[in-house]
Order: sequence, then C-alpha cells, then structure tokens
Amino acid sequence: MIAAAAVLAQGGPVIPNFGRGDECARSNGKFCLHWFLDNFDNRFLPRVVEHIEMTLIAVSIGFVIAFSAALLVHRWPRGELWFANLASIFYTIPSIAYFQIMVAVTGIGWTTIEIALISYTLLILFRNTLTGLHGVPPETLDAAEGMGLTRRQMLTRVELPLAMPAIIAGVRVATVTTISLATVAAFITPLGLGAPIFSAIQTGANTDFIAAGVLAILLALIADLVIVVAQRLLSPWQRARGGAT
Amino acid sequence: MSDLLNFYVDNASLLLEKSVATLSIAALGLAIALLLALPSGVWLGHRHAGSFLSINISNAFRALPSLALIAIGLGLIGLSLINIELALVALAVPPILTNSYTAVDGVDPDAVDAARGMGMRDRQVLTKVELPLSWPLIFAGIRTASVYIIATTPLAALAGGGGLGDIIVNQPTYHLVGVIAATIVVVVLAFAVDGLLGLVQRAVTPRGLALPKELQTIVPAADTATTAA
Repeated sequence: MIAAAAVLAQGGPVIPNFGRGDECARSNGKFCLHWFLDNFDNRFLPRVVEHIEMTLIAVSIGFVIAFSAALLVHRWPRGELWFANLASIFYTIPSIAYFQIMVAVTGIGWTTIEIALISYTLLILFRNTLTGLHGVPPETLDAAEGMGLTRRQMLTRVELPLAMPAIIAGVRVATVTTISLATVAAFITPLGLGAPIFSAIQTGANTDFIAAGVLAILLALIADLVIVVAQRLLSPWQRARGGAT
Repeated sequence: MSDLLNFYVDNASLLLEKSVATLSIAALGLAIALLLALPSGVWLGHRHAGSFLSINISNAFRALPSLALIAIGLGLIGLSLINIELALVALAVPPILTNSYTAVDGVDPDAVDAARGMGMRDRQVLTKVELPLSWPLIFAGIRTASVYIIATTPLAALAGGGGLGDIIVNQPTYHLVGVIAATIVVVVLAFAVDGLLGLVQRAVTPRGLALPKELQTIVPAADTATTAA
C-alpha cells in the first residue's frame, strides 16, 4: 500500500497494484503469468487460505445444525416441512443481496459472511441426511430390533452408516456451493478469492479476473475430489458392491 | 416497513422494468441449458449408457463457481451478456442433465418391453412410453434449475448489467431499503416461476402416475447417484 502510494505520488497514470516493470501488466494483458507468479504469495495465496477457512467453518457449522435438525425430524417427523421450507427460502435469496442485508444486522466481517454461507448449506445437508435415514430398508431395521438393539444403537450402528453415502453426497454439494457463494462475500469486504475479482471490477485488471476465477474453480474441483475419496474410505461396503447407483 | 412500501410505490416502473430484464436473462440461460442438457440426458437414458458421463459432467459443472465464470468472462471478453449466461447455464445443466438421465434410464423395463412387444419402433418407445413416464422427474430438475438461475441472475449486474441486480449491487443509490425491496422481488419471482413450472409438471404428468411428494419441494435432495465419481 505504501509502495503504491509512493508511485502515485510520483504522478502519472498508474494501474493500482501494477507498480513495477512488466510490460504485460502495464498494458493489462489477458493473463500475465509473470505478474501472477510474482504476486501469488501476497495477493492470491492469502485469499485462497481465507476462502478455505470460510468454507470449512460454514460447512462444519451448517452440518452440525442441519444434521441435528434431521435427527430430530427423523424422530418427530412433523418438523420436516417447517425446516425444509425455511431453508428453501434462503436458497432463493441472491447471495449478493444476503451479504449486504446481513451487514445491516451483524456488521462487516466474518460473522456476517458465515451466517450467510451457513444458511445456504442447511437445505442440502438437511434433506440429504433425512433422505439417507429414510432410505434404510425396513427389513434391516426389523433385523436390528430383533437383535435387541436399542434405538440409540440402531441409529449409530445401522441407520447412520447406511445413510452415509447420502449424507456425504450432501456435504459434497454443500461444499462446492459454499466455495461458489464465498466468492461473492468479497462484495462486502475483501476476503477470499472474490477479493481480486471485485478489485478487478474497479481496476479492470484482466489478470486478477482470470487468476482468481481459475483459482476458485480449481479449489472447488479439488474439494469435490477430496470428498469423493473420503466417501470411498468411509463407506467401503459400497465399493465392494460395485458402487452406488 | 413503511420505507419498504414507499420504495415499491415510488419505483414501481423501475422494478417492473428490472424484473422483466431479470426474467429474460434467466429465460435465455434456462433455454440454452435445456437445449444442451435435456436431449443429451434423455438420449443417454434411452440408451442406458453413459451414466458415468452424465453424472460426471453434472458434478464438474456443479463445481464451477458462478462468480469465477463471470470473472474469467470479464477478463477474456469484457462486459457482456455472455458472462452471466455462461454462469447461469453452468448452474442449470447439472439438475436437468442428471434428472433427465435418471428419469429415462429408470423407466420400468417391463413397460418398455410391453411397448416393443406391441410393435412400437425405437422412436415411439421413447416418445410414447419413456418420455411421458419421465416428465415428472425431468420437470423437477427444470424447476430446481430455474430457482438456481433466478437467484443467481442478480450477479448479471457485475457482468454487464441488467435486471434487479442493478438495484441490489447499487446500495449507495438505492439504500438498504432498495436492496431489500429488489431482493424480495427476486425471491417472489423464484417462487412464482417454481410454482408455474409445478403446474406444468402436474399437467404433463400422465394420469395414474402419482407425483411423489419428494419431487414437490423447491430443491430436491442431491441424488446419491451423484456420489459415484
């Protein structure tokens, strides 16, 4: 920032953050690899880390809420429609509006971002947990009951393991969705990979646009892949059966 | 609350104009996604081939953050309608493709056998048996896609302009009350379009084929099938 101010003080038109050298950066080329590599450590890497943090916090808290709600509803089915409808409404609120509206309530910062991101994870995680629990065959439950398992044991030893693929499918969709929505959070404060994007909307810096866009896509694809691998490890019987269909 | 009402009264024509723009941006995105995803999903389902392909294409599209696509578009081609449409199509393809594939692929084989036994040609089997039985699930996918699209259309304001997003991203001009007012319109539009498509869904569902309750909520659970990498 100080360096940028010094350059500005010398006068002459300067594209912000494009201080030094590099012909490509000065002429605002489509993608300046050199400039990108030079600035990766201070301009993009911290944003990637923030993006991962935002996503992990939102999906974890969202999971705790949605999972508990699903367990409650599993026992007392009346709440299902109530929770699903509430969570559906969040889904239709454009994220760019939601972040701004939450700023009026909780101010600018992480809390606001997380509240918005968590609300978007609820529907998917809730519905998938419930779908998984409902999908357990009645014969299996009868067998478990016949073996003398208590309700609690049935849940932890039979129902939850069998519901695991559906639950993880939900975590997977929730995670990539959160990574996508987290880019919009930078509209209110420069955190995450949206920050270079919104900065570029002001400056027109093409490399910022493309670098941040590609990094966000890579992050989502990698997260997706990691969860698939985790799913394979957590439900080995599926692999033995030749995969879910 | 009265501020909100005043905003609606004072800006009725602006909101109407922006709503029409939002709907047309959304409709274009949905149309392109339908053209791409519906025939491919139906065809793959009819052949009972390519479950791997359709599921993986869906998963890959799902992992494309809308704003990232818009940003790349802005970097490569600058302000343009193409940016937002690209993002909207990426959102809408997975539910339409997955559902049309799953629906047609899952048609009761006995029904298909009976149709063939009656002397129907391949094309007739598709149009007279498989498609009618698949419409409910296909429409569920289209409804989900339309909700995703409408909720995301405001990002168009960053990508070249147009629609209610112009109000939502311009808090300095329209104040928080304007942002909230435009947001409510977006939510209402999403529910209205979903409801309208729900009526169509009911109309195209063959009599005698009960619509499962599960398909009627705004965003159905992600299919476990999506986990098959």
